[in-house]
Amino acid sequence: MSHLLSVYKGYFRTSLAVQFQYRAAMFIWLLGAIMEPLVYLVVWRTVALQQGGSVGGYDVGGFAAYYLTMMLVNHFTFSWIMWEYDYRIRSGEFSSLLLKPVHPIHSDMADNWAYKLFTLTLYVPVAIGLAWLFRPTWNVEGWALLVLPVALILAFLTRFFLDWSLAMSAFWTTRVQAINQAYFVAMLFFSGRLAPLTLFPPWFQRIADFLPFRWVMAFPVELALGRLTPGQALIGFGVQLGWMAAGLLLLNLVYRAGIRRYAAFGG
Amino acid sequence: MRRLEADVHLWQIFRSYLRVGLLTEMEYRINFWINLIQSLLSAAVALGALAVVFGQTDNLGGWTPAEMIALLGVYYIIGALIRVIIRPSMTQFMEDVRKGTLDFTLVKPADAQWLISVQKVEIWQLMDLVIGIGLLGLALQRMGERVGLQQAFIFGVTLLAGGLIVYSFWLILSTFAFWFVRVDNIQVIFTSLYEAGRWPITIYPGWLRMMLTFLVPVAFATTVPAQAFTGRLEPGLMLGALALAAFMLIVARLFWRYGLRAYSGASA
Repeated sequence: MSHLLSVYKGYFRTSLAVQFQYRAAMFIWLLGAIMEPLVYLVVWRTVALQQGGSVGGYDVGGFAAYYLTMMLVNHFTFSWIMWEYDYRIRSGEFSSLLLKPVHPIHSDMADNWAYKLFTLTLYVPVAIGLAWLFRPTWNVEGWALLVLPVALILAFLTRFFLDWSLAMSAFWTTRVQAINQAYFVAMLFFSGRLAPLTLFPPWFQRIADFLPFRWVMAFPVELALGRLTPGQALIGFGVQLGWMAAGLLLLNLVYRAGIRRYAAFGG
Repeated sequence: MRRLEADVHLWQIFRSYLRVGLLTEMEYRINFWINLIQSLLSAAVALGALAVVFGQTDNLGGWTPAEMIALLGVYYIIGALIRVIIRPSMTQFMEDVRKGTLDFTLVKPADAQWLISVQKVEIWQLMDLVIGIGLLGLALQRMGERVGLQQAFIFGVTLLAGGLIVYSFWLILSTFAFWFVRVDNIQVIFTSLYEAGRWPITIYPGWLRMMLTFLVPVAFATTVPAQAFTGRLEPGLMLGALALAAFMLIVARLFWRYGLRAYSGASA
């Protein structure tokens, strides 16, 4: 364990140094991540204003709080690994990763953290600026904020495991773009990023219950906004744990099968 | 007469690049299906998002569902222009600057700006154009109106102006490659902000509306032509769009020539 910790320390320091070199690009990429919630926030607050102040249990301030929190939750939980593996496998760069005595997922995770820590320097002022412009209203629940870090960590791990499993599809096909896109479409609708799930018809919300997406995005957001009862939160944590375990299992299965196939490639 | 000959020449250049693009992409026919799936998926998402919004309200900031579909249609048509010609060509240009291979373009006996602007054509992305036209048709059917000749003309003009504005903006961004060698990420600035253009510019708060109109001219690329299509454009705005297009073309041209002087080539 302490061995792994020192590995992480090393990886983390290198990643941070690398990303500092590409700082301009980092900040440009951030623009897209900020625009999406911002656009939907504007759309939904327009709808709320037209419908006499609120829709689906959210008023103008409620939507502002929802999307600002969603932006931060997304930042905390997202990864871009599904775009990297296509290149790594096709170029053969993956071979050198396999030679290392640690599982390649560790360096990816360190990269992810380094990027997030680094970009936080921009996210915080942006979030403050947007909060000043859009006036969010929060319903602060002390207990919910207390358990929020657990929900965030579970959400991050679940999403990372699922993303990483998805990235492994590059072992089988060179057309990962279409697969990634399908994944992102499902994520957009079922996670609550497009709109709070209460704005969807009931049958849609039932489907969302059975998919992982809402539990890694909408659930932590609603928890942070104080919109859940302790009972609902408990159920949420249970489902999150279940999906995290499923993600870990999937990751191991797909990775093992993938490596075997990759070796076959090399002949 | 000379002018006309020059135009024919430019058109021929574009046509041969188009043919090369077509021939290249015919080798990767599977890409056609991949692009088809991706385009259809993205159109489904866009329409799905509209369905969710209009499940709660019957208009969005004064835009009816049919008018929003028209806006989406314009968004896809301009998007197709970007993805078929502008983005691939400009990406190639920036790479040429970085590697020094721009020399080969510069020695060709034709206008260099035109050459770099149309040098790469990704045919399969034309799918978005088909989708855009289809969406316009759907909007027309749902609006239940006939578009008069005058309205069609105004729409054509504003769409053309929108396309030219986007092109000029993109050229200005790309020209920075002469000084800052690694700027391919700069394109992300436009694509990120262009996303905002699939919703009417009028719903955005003032500061953002100004940004999307003057800083990054998304408003003129999507909202204005869509307003023309649905017959809601204030007459003055067509002239405004044309004036802005002309102004930006000139600025882009001047900036391009200024940038070209900073280019030192591969040997330096």
